[in-house]
Amino acid sequence: MKKQKENTGFEGLSLAEIQAINAEMSHYEDKTAVSIEALKIVQKHRRWVSDECLLAVAELLKISPAQLEGVATFYNLIYRQPVGKTVIHYCNSVTCWMLGAEKICERLCQHLSVELGEMSEDGEYTILPIVCLGACDHAPVVMVGDELKLDITENAVNEILGR
Amino acid sequence: MDNMNKPLTKNIRQDRAYATLADYESTGGYQGLRKAITQLQPKEVQQWVKDAGLRGRGGAGFGTGLKWSLVPMDANTAQTRYLVANADEMEPGTFKDRLLLEQDPHQLIEGMIIAAYAIQASIAYIFLRGEYHLAALRLENALLEARTKGYLGEHVMNSDFNLEIYLHTSAGRYICGEETALLNALEGKRANPRAKPPFPLVSGLWGKPTVVNNVETLCNVPHILHYGVEWYQGLARGVDKGTKLFGASGRVKYPGLWELPMGTPIREIIEEHAGGMQDGYKLRGFLPGGASTDFLLPEHLDVVMDYEAVAKAGSRMGTGNIIVLDDLTCPVQMVLNLEQFFAQESCGWCTPCRDGLPWTVTLLKDIIAGKGRMEDLDTLAGLTRMLGPGNTFCALAPGAMEPLQSALKYFRADFERYIVAMESV
Repeated sequence: MKKQKENTGFEGLSLAEIQAINAEMSHYEDKTAVSIEALKIVQKHRRWVSDECLLAVAELLKISPAQLEGVATFYNLIYRQPVGKTVIHYCNSVTCWMLGAEKICERLCQHLSVELGEMSEDGEYTILPIVCLGACDHAPVVMVGDELKLDITENAVNEILGR
Repeated sequence: MDNMNKPLTKNIRQDRAYATLADYESTGGYQGLRKAITQLQPKEVQQWVKDAGLRGRGGAGFGTGLKWSLVPMDANTAQTRYLVANADEMEPGTFKDRLLLEQDPHQLIEGMIIAAYAIQASIAYIFLRGEYHLAALRLENALLEARTKGYLGEHVMNSDFNLEIYLHTSAGRYICGEETALLNALEGKRANPRAKPPFPLVSGLWGKPTVVNNVETLCNVPHILHYGVEWYQGLARGVDKGTKLFGASGRVKYPGLWELPMGTPIREIIEEHAGGMQDGYKLRGFLPGGASTDFLLPEHLDVVMDYEAVAKAGSRMGTGNIIVLDDLTCPVQMVLNLEQFFAQESCGWCTPCRDGLPWTVTLLKDIIAGKGRMEDLDTLAGLTRMLGPGNTFCALAPGAMEPLQSALKYFRADFERYIVAMESV
């Protein structure tokens, strides 16, 4: 795909992002309602939300950057810092905790030589904790990107990372 | 119909594939909607659901028909009303709505159309937690199927009723499941709960009358309409009506989810359906319906899963998904895990919750680290009162105090052991 500088009128957002955000607007009485979806759209294209993108989305939705920043920092699935290509969420809520979630997290971090929340050196992964993923009958569970992995054992860590 | 006693899960397949529109229709799907739209007035639909005795399956147990009947209907018929399906399942230990969303999305959609008709809402939202990616794909697919077939859009089933349903995927935070916080989230704001009154039924989304119902609640509705009130009431074994998705997780032999009659004894769920404890483990206690319910003990196994019965035993049925505590897991550490969850998920809006929950966590950590004193147990007990009902803006902190207060009551010796061990050094 060739990279081109588009003149979208909103410095920092691509045409595709703006179109996707605008398409959501018809679903709501008020533009502000699109805030979270808009940030998620930006993330789909760029993995995280930079200051530049946040300002552009605020301008597009006609809300103050401060208000949008308040929203962006409230929701844990909006990233205001760079994350790896694949974010691995390990569930640390009660059932997974009882069945060994801490060990799984330790192994993942060890394997990638990262601290929780840090991006791996090759930019491939970030590991984050997440609350109950609603699959407690298969605890412990981990979400790799969009995909839920069930009944995780310590040995399954290699498999998760595909290496 | 096969599985007449399991209306909610009759389309659930072992291979985890989802019921398409054709699959759903082949087992009676959209017949309830047909009856509602062609034979009943909105008020009559409300009455059916009220008579059936359906209570909210999200945890609070409010009468569904009653909720609908409180929506102002007559003042100005042109006024917008909204229906929202609360699919923000995030109560630790709870995994029931995921199954319904992923494997039988049309059941929810039909329930929503009937509910929207009953309150004459023309726009409805599915508020889905952001992590449920597979559910999002399948719901979008099912919404498209329903639209194409004329169940959604202008003139639903060739009637005068119009309805659009939009899928809204969220971006995390447990508090979004709180009804008024959910409305703020849906409006694109921080998910702080709102002051009540006014209640959402009168002034909700963008100030319009809004009904918020849990996924499982809405999934009951098509069957009530299709098979009738009497049939629905006959499903239950106890005082409350219908069936429910009960579950068990933790160190039981077969953790899982089962659709069973309301009024099923807890013993049956843990010992028969979940196969009892894994070898080498004994049952120490359990949270009957998620992280924000009080612990119960093995002596409570014969309590039945009814709202009042579980309340009488000192807890809540909550989501009906049981978290089992085994004898090799430390209850104090389990409570710490729960309180860390609540402290992290507090929205920070009101002081008791924002400051009280981290304080609770600090005390528990100190006790476990051997730095606790006996007075800390009194402080913890004090916190359960200060963060209890009536002192906070919403139910998050009071919910957080339920496992703590019951752990202090039932597992006090475990708390004291950490402290005594230290004092004797």
